Amino acid sequence: MKKLLVLTLIFFAGAHLMAQEELKPQFKIPSVNITDVDGNKINTAELNNGGKPYIISFWATWCKPCIKELTTIADVYQDWQDETGIKLFAVSIDNSRSVAQVKPLVNGKNWDYKVLLDVNNEFKRAMNVNAVPHTFLVNSKGEVVWQHTSFSEGAELELIKLVRELVKTEETSK
Amino acid sequence: MSKNQILRITGILALLLLSVPVFVSAQNFLSGGQVNGNFQMDAQFYRTDSAIQAYSVPEKMMMNSWTNLTYNLGNFNAGMRFETYLNPVNGYDPRYKGAGVPYWFADYKSDQFQVTAGNIYEQFGSGMAFRTYEEHNLGYDNSLRGVRVKFTPVDGVEFKGIWGTQRYFWDQGAGIVRGGDVDFNLNRVIRHFESSKLKVQLGGSFVSKYQADETITDNDGNELILPLNVGITAGRVNLGYDNFSLATEYAYKINDPSALNNYIYRPGQSLLVTATYSKKGLGMMLQAKRIDNMSYKSKRTETGNVLDINYLPAITRQHTYSLAAMYPYATQPNGEMGVQGQVNYKIKKGTWLGGHYGTDIALNFSAIASPKYEMIDTIAISTPGTKGYESPFFAIGDELYYRDINLEIGHKFSKKFKGILTLMHEDYNIEVIEGHPGEEMVHANIAIADLTYKFTDTHSLRGEFQVLQTKQDDGSWLTGLLEYTIAPKWFFSVTDMYNYGNDDSDNRLHYPLVAVAYNNNANRIQVSYGKQREGIVCVGGVCRNVPASNGFTISITSSF
Repeated sequence: MKKLLVLTLIFFAGAHLMAQEELKPQFKIPSVNITDVDGNKINTAELNNGGKPYIISFWATWCKPCIKELTTIADVYQDWQDETGIKLFAVSIDNSRSVAQVKPLVNGKNWDYKVLLDVNNEFKRAMNVNAVPHTFLVNSKGEVVWQHTSFSEGAELELIKLVRELVKTEETSK
Repeated sequence: MSKNQILRITGILALLLLSVPVFVSAQNFLSGGQVNGNFQMDAQFYRTDSAIQAYSVPEKMMMNSWTNLTYNLGNFNAGMRFETYLNPVNGYDPRYKGAGVPYWFADYKSDQFQVTAGNIYEQFGSGMAFRTYEEHNLGYDNSLRGVRVKFTPVDGVEFKGIWGTQRYFWDQGAGIVRGGDVDFNLNRVIRHFESSKLKVQLGGSFVSKYQADETITDNDGNELILPLNVGITAGRVNLGYDNFSLATEYAYKINDPSALNNYIYRPGQSLLVTATYSKKGLGMMLQAKRIDNMSYKSKRTETGNVLDINYLPAITRQHTYSLAAMYPYATQPNGEMGVQGQVNYKIKKGTWLGGHYGTDIALNFSAIASPKYEMIDTIAISTPGTKGYESPFFAIGDELYYRDINLEIGHKFSKKFKGILTLMHEDYNIEVIEGHPGEEMVHANIAIADLTYKFTDTHSLRGEFQVLQTKQDDGSWLTGLLEYTIAPKWFFSVTDMYNYGNDDSDNRLHYPLVAVAYNNNANRIQVSYGKQREGIVCVGGVCRNVPASNGFTISITSSF
């Protein structure tokens, strides 16, 4: 019983932390070294979109909802970019079993995202991702302002709504 | 760990967690330090259903949970994970029973140096010489407790060194693991080469394990002279030119008699070659590998899914639809020869086959067989205390382990309606892969339709219709799934798996399951009720056998 009580306490402590208002800075992107699809080293703290907000989406070649999410966004990505200037970094958590499939799949599907490889899941751990898909909206200062797990049809509409809101807030505060 | 210790650690953690909001509000004091983390809990309530061989447990309910906390202040990072298994849910090793902090680390980075102390996850090359990682959904964690140093003298060159012992449930493994790796990105190192179309990366690793001597005898009762230090060396070359890439890694291990290879003195070797070609709308990949006697654990007598020092990737596609994933392949560390090919192609929109939105096609093929084994003189293959066998490097053996050819076609018919059709044939050597002597090779044909219809922008219905036909093992299966989602918060689903082709008509059973999930940003709670068949669950290359169950499951995850 004691243990149950402690566990409940832990859970509520966690829940307390989660109760954050939307689009308030939560944390800065931690610094971890991963690579792009050509093997070049990328420091995640230096990810940016030329002073504009960006999206980080964790995915894997074997994750069906991830592929659905990225395929759905791919259909409207050009419109999103034209309207808001947003950029999406698609971080694959495929390990050495399936990482070789990433580049052919991305090209085969004609995706225009900047694809990064997190082969031993160091960035995934630093970002405290439990499961994929997990999507982060990051402001121009490199701070996470919103995050979301799982994908369902139509969830992309919430994402673009928040992107618009963020872009607007940042423009008016300039 | 005693009960008192467990309670004390739990108490300290609860206090820490409760005080986190105080830290956060006192950010100035810590000048910008930040805490974040995540939480996952899976609890199961079991009921007996003897027909599917699911049984209640004396505890009624069992629960696993993981809480990660990370602290970040500029170049300094620290973190820990609190785990509870009270008691471990069915399918997890009972030795996980308990609660505590099996993982913590502190890490500091400067321009050239990075030092880490504590539990370390690291990978050299593709992992054939060294890889530590965790996959808690499978109960897998081989983290190295010790130190790691990374050194980057100039851009494009990186040295890594590691030294420690590996996690063994709530303990550490018997062996000490030490190793180093170097990586050169020649396009960065050599001036004027930076803008070259030819990309060259070279790397090499050396890892050694030490374990004290122990008494192990051969079949005649003679004590074996065991190597106390066992080294593994690996080299890799990655080339890229325009749309082409070619990656090769070769690893060599000195003789390493262990319970897994039946205490033979043969050295181990492995080779993995991957070629890709891709441009917009077309991707192709071809892979080949050989593995020979490459199990490498930090404890000689260990045969379970623990204490692996290296990682041998399976080169087969990882399927996720339930029937396609019913017979998953797992790497045979003692030896295998394999090939895999994949083509991804997008038929352009506006063409006859592409329709208004284009059509995605993926074709994948893999085949894995035994290496060719030859006896040395007249000694039976893999006799303990001998060199084991001989095996020509490029020769393929007679025994097929696994073969899979699958085609996936994805098409969006209209704004409201889209679908994915999967066709697959597989041959699965259940005798070798699951270790069931005498069982027949499974030949299965599988067809899956995954259809989604959008009623409104946020309401949609998805249906999965799957059929697996086979005459072997448990016979044929049907699966139906309906999932209604209200984006982005609600999921409702009903699934039934039906073993309609079982030879024994009493065993033609249904496995119904209903599930509801609520999702709010990065927090999710899922409740399901129903039956689940006994089966193998695989994530990222490791597989776990999950027993049949009947009852409630509650899963909560959140990231903060």
